[in-house]
Amino acid sequence: MNNSEQTITMDNDGKSTWRFLLGELKPKGKWLTPFNIISIPIMLLGLVLIIVRFWKGLGSITNLTQEVPWGLWIGFDVVTGVAFAGGAYVLTFMVYIMNMQKYHSIVRITVLNGFLAYVFYAGALLLDLGRPWNVINPIIGNGFGTSSVLFLVAWHFLLYMVAQLIEFSPAIAEWLGARRARKILSGMTIAAVIFGITLSTLHQSGLGALYLMCKDKIHPLWYSEFIPVMFFVSSIFAGLSMVIFEGSISHKVFFDQISEKNHKAHNSIVRGLSKICAVTMFAYFFLQILVFVHGKHWDLLNTPMGYWYLLEMFGFVLLPMSLFIYSFRRNNIMLIRVAAIMTMLGVILNRLNVTVIGFKWAEAIRYVPTWMEFTVTLAVIFTEIWIFRWVINRMPVLREPPAWVNEK
Amino acid sequence: MAVNRRSFFKVLGVTGASLALGKELGAAPRSKSNVEFSGILYDSTRCAGCQTCESACAEANGLPEPVGTIEAGVIRKTDESHRTVVNAYNSTKGEVYAKKQCMHCNEPACTAACLTQAMYKTEEGAVIWRGDKCMGCRYCMVSCPFDIPKFEYHSANPKIEKCNMCFTRLSDGKVPACVENCPAEALIFGKRRDLIKEARKRINDNPDQYVDHIYGEHEAGGTGFLYLSAVPFNELGFNTTLQTESYPALSKGFLYSVPTIFVLWPAMLLGLREATKNNQNNQDEHE
Repeated sequence: MNNSEQTITMDNDGKSTWRFLLGELKPKGKWLTPFNIISIPIMLLGLVLIIVRFWKGLGSITNLTQEVPWGLWIGFDVVTGVAFAGGAYVLTFMVYIMNMQKYHSIVRITVLNGFLAYVFYAGALLLDLGRPWNVINPIIGNGFGTSSVLFLVAWHFLLYMVAQLIEFSPAIAEWLGARRARKILSGMTIAAVIFGITLSTLHQSGLGALYLMCKDKIHPLWYSEFIPVMFFVSSIFAGLSMVIFEGSISHKVFFDQISEKNHKAHNSIVRGLSKICAVTMFAYFFLQILVFVHGKHWDLLNTPMGYWYLLEMFGFVLLPMSLFIYSFRRNNIMLIRVAAIMTMLGVILNRLNVTVIGFKWAEAIRYVPTWMEFTVTLAVIFTEIWIFRWVINRMPVLREPPAWVNEK
Repeated sequence: MAVNRRSFFKVLGVTGASLALGKELGAAPRSKSNVEFSGILYDSTRCAGCQTCESACAEANGLPEPVGTIEAGVIRKTDESHRTVVNAYNSTKGEVYAKKQCMHCNEPACTAACLTQAMYKTEEGAVIWRGDKCMGCRYCMVSCPFDIPKFEYHSANPKIEKCNMCFTRLSDGKVPACVENCPAEALIFGKRRDLIKEARKRINDNPDQYVDHIYGEHEAGGTGFLYLSAVPFNELGFNTTLQTESYPALSKGFLYSVPTIFVLWPAMLLGLREATKNNQNNQDEHE
């Protein structure tokens, strides 16, 4: 005990652990950056709106109706946000299962991104719950609704957050200088990875399976019994596109933290990811064609919703897929980033088409989110980025771990 | 390596626990009890549109008095303070009334959707809502093919409102308030099986008066609320394209695949990891 205490003290320039933690809470660097100037008012406004929401009920700030009970907060924050967080399970699969060491340098930041996405976007779920104080009921067994897909998704969210925290925990231990804890925690990584990939497979598809009972409510071009498969496959390239996108920003913003070696490796990593994106998008596009032909909805193509469907499939799946292949061949990193952004737009489009736009599409009064729903969503995203930045500036996520880690 | 193997068993342990949790998949009809499902038969040819059922329902459940009178072609909807409404429809046989409320499905989508069993199908057949369990996620509303559960959007402590077949009255040996107060005897309460027999009999005795269709006999896997009508049901605002299979059956396939994936995935992942280990060694030598 004494011994470990000493190591902490030693590693943090002679300060005690609490002093160290308090010191780390303080902001680092300049205050008045453009990002802060934009995000702070929106976060404060979001906070006010959240207070109003819990005080006056969901109807006070949302446009949800009895017919459309799930809106932007579920369709975008949760369903789309979790798809984008899929990069974490794909990358841990590549690095820890397939032993593709090339990608090792971006595992930590991706797992951190994934973990925070789950905490915040699944956390946004709490805002949407009418009776959030009962949220622990399916965990403590005040009704195990085991026939519910949502029961599965809720448990998986919780377990996967734990798995991701374990995957990321060596970085926290390195930050605190806790050598023995780091050794124990990194020994648990493989188990957490295997468990995490299994959980991700099930709840990425499970988010789609939530909508299986809405057979009569979702537009037939988007409803099929294969929604779970589609959601799973698209989470692979959604997650990887997010990794490419986030990587291109992190490499600029946190330039000083990244070692020479990892800087050089970055382009090769992005190219590798773009290849995987293209392959999975091809599989996804092919599956979509199969489902479409199987569904015999040729007549629906020549309707407004049909054009919308074609735009999604050709403009935001086939086109970015071709762009990935083209820019991979040409070794054009800029174009790969464009393709990643288009892919992400396509995933947003797809998730919203299933959950909001195609949901009760024939209803006379359509659900359109209020500006307040958008503000809260933005506030959640900004808060996540703040925490993300806070962690990266302190823990060895992008930068190399402390020297004692490699001592044996 | 030893640690890996141990961690693998840890994974297996958790898998086992999840399997045990996943056992009660699917909302199968309750076969363990011998109680037969009760239901209500509504004969729209007898209904005079007096709205007595609406006020009786409001009174029995402590809800505000119904608002608005019936006007042909104007569709009123149930909402968070009105569990039942009667509407008049301009049909091929003139003005026809139809009462709408929860259908009390045999295998309800809402109870299969509920992750806390707050939506619950009682042994007697009533589908009820239990506030102490509900977290207000509204997945029941998303799933219900009849759009029945309603949510109090303007409350800090919102409830889900829907007809519960007056199940507290049922346990006191009484019949639902709407049935008891219907002056035209358009509503009858009984065992679902007997109600279907009675409905069949009415159709057979007066084939000219009724269409040969009991709405709810097969729709959505069969419902506790059954309807007779003189005109095709689509003229009365009913969805006649609903599947005859129950709605929970739609997600059953996915739920059954869960234990399979939980067993196969960890094993496969561990195998892949072992199989690709040489790659790592090669790469290490490269560096």
